[in-house]
Amino acid sequence: MLRPAGRHMSALSISFNINGSPVTLDVDPADRLLDTLRYQLALTGTKEGCGEGECGACTVYVDGLPVNSCLIPTYQVRGQRVETVESLDPGALEPFERCGATQCGACTPGVVMTAWWIRGHPELLGTHSIRELMAGNLCRCTGYDGIVDSVAEALGETGSGQGEP
Amino acid sequence: MNVMLPGSVPEALDMLASDCAAVPIAGGTDLLVHWPVRVEAHEQTYLDLSRLDPLKPLRWTADELMLGGLTTYWDVIRDARAGEEFPLLVHAARQVGAIQIQARGTWAGNVVNASPAADGVPVLMAYDAVVVLESRRGREEVPLDRFYSGYKEMKRRPDQLVVGIRLPRRRYSYQVFEKVGARRAQAIAKVGLAITRSGAGWRVVAASVAPTIRRCPAVERLLETGTAVASPEALLPAIAQDVAPIDDIRSSAQYRTRVMAWVLYHDLRDFWGKRA
Repeated sequence: MLRPAGRHMSALSISFNINGSPVTLDVDPADRLLDTLRYQLALTGTKEGCGEGECGACTVYVDGLPVNSCLIPTYQVRGQRVETVESLDPGALEPFERCGATQCGACTPGVVMTAWWIRGHPELLGTHSIRELMAGNLCRCTGYDGIVDSVAEALGETGSGQGEP
Repeated sequence: MNVMLPGSVPEALDMLASDCAAVPIAGGTDLLVHWPVRVEAHEQTYLDLSRLDPLKPLRWTADELMLGGLTTYWDVIRDARAGEEFPLLVHAARQVGAIQIQARGTWAGNVVNASPAADGVPVLMAYDAVVVLESRRGREEVPLDRFYSGYKEMKRRPDQLVVGIRLPRRRYSYQVFEKVGARRAQAIAKVGLAITRSGAGWRVVAASVAPTIRRCPAVERLLETGTAVASPEALLPAIAQDVAPIDDIRSSAQYRTRVMAWVLYHDLRDFWGKRA
């Protein structure tokens, strides 16, 4: 098991569901969900970017909603359903590759998580633009048009990439 | 770092009464920024509210909307009636971070975090929200516009938990929320304004221009009395009475004052000089 050095373990035993499977872990009250996923569960697809809830690289689903795993103490997911990028259909990435929505790749796991969530909730586009729904995933490389186009493509529509910034 | 995990509201209130230094934590979107880099800042005991399910839903009654102590921004964004009756709640919620923050952050957390730049607090205050506090000693209600006494100071005793926020249902003839930031999403306000008009009168609430979110009684008086205002500059004396902006990392006092004057003047151009 990988863990950042210098942390002591205090016994806080919690159970939750990770990518469809139940798991019970001992966690420290100071453990972030992001670190539990990466270092205890070896689910390293979830990345740390800013560590302050702004960039969205660490996006996972908790009970079906996209959240920043860097801002969640692991004990808060006890009894809940956590899904990471490893749970997605590998085909989820295809529109991103086609539309030039990936470059360095640091933001990609989080971007794909939010995009896949939008794809599962097309009713949100009645009130929200793709750009607004993707606003919590920062990308320093692509300039966003490719990301928005790929979400639109995954949704089976075109033109949703236009509009307000 | 330590955490207490209550399974019910009474248990949480017992824990708070026995350890008043404990910090209640809900969505964590304010408390855990840069955690665990600032380890020493987090060497304290948290009281985890996340399993207090009765505090989650928002509830409608004949004469009020009651946000629960754990109601999130996303809960309000997805409530169609909230969008119809309290549209400023939805406008503000959609400008708090993005979905990842909206799904975790709570209205009660926004109130007790007491940031002068909060987005949720100004719209709550413009709707005459009342903060509902509970402790083992009983229930107390404090109007939000009297809740803050100074920067990060508020009328919440350490043994009290915010269990709800009450909003009276009224007909509004005017309502607007303005957030001026560096960009539309993921930004912290340089200036925020929430303005409503109902049978109870005008409410003008300003953010990021004083140590607390606050109402602007001098500007409200200009509207109530129908004082003619011929230009944005004409609002500056009233603004100087109501707020005290500072220079900081996000903006300057001068910019904030000018933006507040220009936005107020233009948003309310149909009302200056017309008696309420």
